[in-house]
Amino acid sequence: MDEISYAPASGLLALSWALIALPALGAAVLLLAGRRADKWGHWLGVATIGAAFALAVGMFASLAGLDDKSAHLDLFTIISVGDLQIEASLLFDPLSAIFCMLITGVGLLIHVYAVGYMAHDPGRRKFFAYFNLFAAAMLVLVLGGNYFMTFVGWEGVGLASYLLIAFWQLKPAAATAGKKAFLTNRVADVGFLLAMFTMLGALGSLDFAAVFNGAATLSTGASLAIGLLLLAAACGKSGQFPFQTWLPDAMEGPTPVSALIHAATMVTAGVYLIARSHVIFSLNADVQTAVVVVGALTLLFGAIVGCAKDDIKRVLAWSTVSQIGYMFLAVGLGGAAFALGIIHLLAHGFFKAGLFLGSGSVMHAMNDQTDIRRFGGLWRVMPLTYATFAAGWLAIIGLFPFSGFWTKDPIIATAFAREGWQGWVVGGAALLGAALTAFYMTRLFVLTFHGPKRWTEDVHPHESPAIMTGPLVLLGLGSLAAGGLMASPVTTWLTPVFGEHHEAHGHLSHMQVTVATTIVVVLGAALAWLLFRGGTDEVPRAASWPVRAARADLGGEAVNRGVFERPSRLVAGVSVAVDARGVDGIVNGLSAAIGGTSRRLLTMQTGFVRSYALSILSGAVIVVAALMVVVVQ
Amino acid sequence: MNEAQGLQIDWAGLAPMIIVFAAAFGGLLVEATVPRARRLPVQVALAVAALAAAFIAVVLNSGKNAAAFAIEGTGLGSVVLDGPGLFLQGTLAILAIVAVLLLAERRTTRGGDFVAEAAVVADSAADRAQQREDGATEIFPLTLFAVGGMMMFVTAGDLLTMFVALEMLSLPLYLLCGLAKRRRLISQEAALKYFLLGAFASAFYVYGMAMLYGFAGTVDLAGINRAGVSSGQPRMFLYLGVAMIAVALLFKAAAVPFHMWTPDVYTGAPTPVTALMAACVKVAAFGGLLRVFNVGLASSAWDWHLILTIIAVATMIGGAIFAVTQRNIKRLLAYSSIANAGYLLVGVIALGDAVGQTMFYLAAYGFTVIAAFAVVSLVRDGDEEATHLARWAGLGKKSPATAVVFTVLMLALAGLPFTSGFTAKFSLFAAALQADELGLVIVGVVSSAILAFPYLKVVVLLWLNEPAPDAPTVNLPSPMAGTVVAAGVAATILLGVAPGPLLDIVDQASVFLNT
Repeated sequence: MDEISYAPASGLLALSWALIALPALGAAVLLLAGRRADKWGHWLGVATIGAAFALAVGMFASLAGLDDKSAHLDLFTIISVGDLQIEASLLFDPLSAIFCMLITGVGLLIHVYAVGYMAHDPGRRKFFAYFNLFAAAMLVLVLGGNYFMTFVGWEGVGLASYLLIAFWQLKPAAATAGKKAFLTNRVADVGFLLAMFTMLGALGSLDFAAVFNGAATLSTGASLAIGLLLLAAACGKSGQFPFQTWLPDAMEGPTPVSALIHAATMVTAGVYLIARSHVIFSLNADVQTAVVVVGALTLLFGAIVGCAKDDIKRVLAWSTVSQIGYMFLAVGLGGAAFALGIIHLLAHGFFKAGLFLGSGSVMHAMNDQTDIRRFGGLWRVMPLTYATFAAGWLAIIGLFPFSGFWTKDPIIATAFAREGWQGWVVGGAALLGAALTAFYMTRLFVLTFHGPKRWTEDVHPHESPAIMTGPLVLLGLGSLAAGGLMASPVTTWLTPVFGEHHEAHGHLSHMQVTVATTIVVVLGAALAWLLFRGGTDEVPRAASWPVRAARADLGGEAVNRGVFERPSRLVAGVSVAVDARGVDGIVNGLSAAIGGTSRRLLTMQTGFVRSYALSILSGAVIVVAALMVVVVQ
Repeated sequence: MNEAQGLQIDWAGLAPMIIVFAAAFGGLLVEATVPRARRLPVQVALAVAALAAAFIAVVLNSGKNAAAFAIEGTGLGSVVLDGPGLFLQGTLAILAIVAVLLLAERRTTRGGDFVAEAAVVADSAADRAQQREDGATEIFPLTLFAVGGMMMFVTAGDLLTMFVALEMLSLPLYLLCGLAKRRRLISQEAALKYFLLGAFASAFYVYGMAMLYGFAGTVDLAGINRAGVSSGQPRMFLYLGVAMIAVALLFKAAAVPFHMWTPDVYTGAPTPVTALMAACVKVAAFGGLLRVFNVGLASSAWDWHLILTIIAVATMIGGAIFAVTQRNIKRLLAYSSIANAGYLLVGVIALGDAVGQTMFYLAAYGFTVIAAFAVVSLVRDGDEEATHLARWAGLGKKSPATAVVFTVLMLALAGLPFTSGFTAKFSLFAAALQADELGLVIVGVVSSAILAFPYLKVVVLLWLNEPAPDAPTVNLPSPMAGTVVAAGVAATILLGVAPGPLLDIVDQASVFLNT
């Protein structure tokens, strides 16, 4: 393999630090200015992200004009101990450029939307501060020039995610969901840390160039360890099996948060990490298989649970879990599929953000209700929301010629191209996932916008203001077109990162897969249409075991409770008992002994001079006696 | 006349003591000539100016390493100006300035803490009448005499000069202890106890001096050291002499089992006097101990090492354990000063390896403890000090500034990092390790751990307890006591954060003149 090297940054590309500094500055000003900034704070938040977007576009153009498509920038030294040097370095290459565009571009639209969405929230300034903080952290994550910087951003987005999920911290469910997300991510982050330690131990560096160039010298064990540990970290951040449970709960946060962080950007950080480390993942077939298994399992898991949920945001959350499963599947398949994963990530960023913002618009109209059983017939009262949601729906189920068709079909085709029986299994799973996706998304779409009105009495639905529908329309257009427009150019654009793209040929031809996918998608959508066009029960009915299992998140929570919660409580109980009876007993006993000794000895302090003089005299006798003892010896 | 012509006197070297003694006599004249109303400012100005001048004189003397009196070039041992002596003199001058400011405090309670006429019978009608009057100003010349005695004590090169200095520093202190305006009987009782036991200890000193003279044929410390190697006299005299001298000095230093007077006297004496004793007398006593054992008894170290170790262990552990159950802040500080005497004894036992660190400890501890007693004098139930700890509960809510200051001081005494208490203990114990005193260091650390409990209990009391409805008030200090607290806390933090400069100074000043 060719030596990987990054060219030093120059010109506009040397400003990559400003990309991070702009939203970071916004967050700092908003947090420090306090109530004084309440009136104009949200516009500052929008302005910083807008400026960052403009800069990202400029840098993107500069990078396109370069021969060696990379710009490396060392800012300062963070750690310098012995041989270990860790620099605050930034890397702007085709991969990070795409992410910067996505984060700042979609981020800008969602920021604008949030100005309207959060208009009546007393904490709007704080919200925008955290939102800017998130953008800054996410940009550190994708711009970091070594694993250390990536980790800094990784933890930063974790913090911002926590703050924003629990934004309405007085709501117990939101506070709990924030904690759950944070703790689950912490567990997975241990994987990232251990992976970094392993790299330091084996290669002595965390720099991308040094690690990738040295990767070939790694032992099988080391590459397996690094790969699996990074995969664990990626699964945590991206809500993949077995860490999927936090992501649906994260919907307790404000809807713009769900759209930006828990659909378009942060949860795709796992995909970024694997794509960025593609050299390591490509080294070891076992690691690749693990990624494929995680992806295939999660895409089915998410799709199945998504079919059984009645909360508009949770359906979308499980759909996110499922779609990221597709991306994991793609980057796990390796080779050309890395680029496919990134393209699906981009398309998903558009249509899922649009769907979430659309759901926010619906909630706005329905007094913040989220239960799709109480919606219905909304297409008449909110036509713009309806149209944009429809665009997202068409994009995600992947009908020709909409986004998903261009990005999901190649992944399914590549899955079938995997050698041997694995190809059939993985490809079959991906195909089944597409059918399920069509089913649950159509169910969601029909129950929300069509069929009879099942509204509660006190709601008066209305279209959202222009500041919210504007971004919706833009994202809707992106949902429809992005996939088709980007598929080919992005693949070319990413060639410097992932290498040349070769069409995979396997069990089924691309055309056969396309036909099959289209058939199952149409079938799934039609089935949902037939089942739900007449509405649904307003309360859940007793159901067969697969539905019950899906409603219970396929046992994810039960596993967490049985495997983690109960043993943890047991250990905690035992520790408390040991501490109370054992440790405290010793400490208290010791202190009681000292106190008792103190009181007993203090009875000598009689207050009489004669006894004091006696004490001195006896002391003198002892001193003389001791000296004599020494002499006799 | 030939002899007199041959006698060379280093007047500049003697200047600090001369200035202080002269100011003390001047203070007596002020009492006789200046009208009563104007005595206080004159006395305070005189005392502070004299001590400041003495400090400057000490600084000008720095670097000297010779006897102050010499005959034709041969030094007489009586007053020795060497590194440790000069450093301790300077420390005494500074601490004494701080203590004098505390003595001069008149705002926290009307007329100050001192009685106007000590001869009036306590609790009589006349006594009640004089409660309104301003306190006597004789305390300033008395303090100057005591401080002069201490400065002489730490530079005394022979046992006789040392004895004179010992009496000179002790007698004014006995008087000062009995001059409290409130709770006069306790104050007088404390003075009497201190005097009786002090006299008892002095008797030991004189007896020990006689034994050592019999053994060595000289009272000169360097001479005694030489005799420890070469004298033909029975060594029994040496041992008895060492034992008796040690008893007297350890009495002043408040080591177990010669400590019994300390809690009673510290509690009974007016708080500013207690502060003076806890800071300055401790410096003087250990200055004397360091010199006697380093210069006079170094050659017989093997003989006294065991007993001094036993006493150090008993003092460290005893002081800490006694402190645990104290309910009175002044008694708590008294027992803490006993435990600290134990740590300082470790420095004495380590001999030359730890002289500098012991002196650093003395300076650091002096500032902290003076500020602590100054805060104690601010917390009042009406006119009386609220010394019972239960009365301090919840002080953090009512007077956060005072509580923060006292918390810092308690943490420093407990030896937490970023305070002088930590740097002092650390450097002292590190030096003791250099001298292979691992056992003593372990005992010292265990003792520190025990002693941290009562200090932290006070902190808990200050911050985590609800104040009583009739909680004591914290009186706003005048600039005098305010300066004391500020100086003490500043030194406590400064020596904790940046101990380097002072450690360098004590390092350079750590060698005794040994001829």
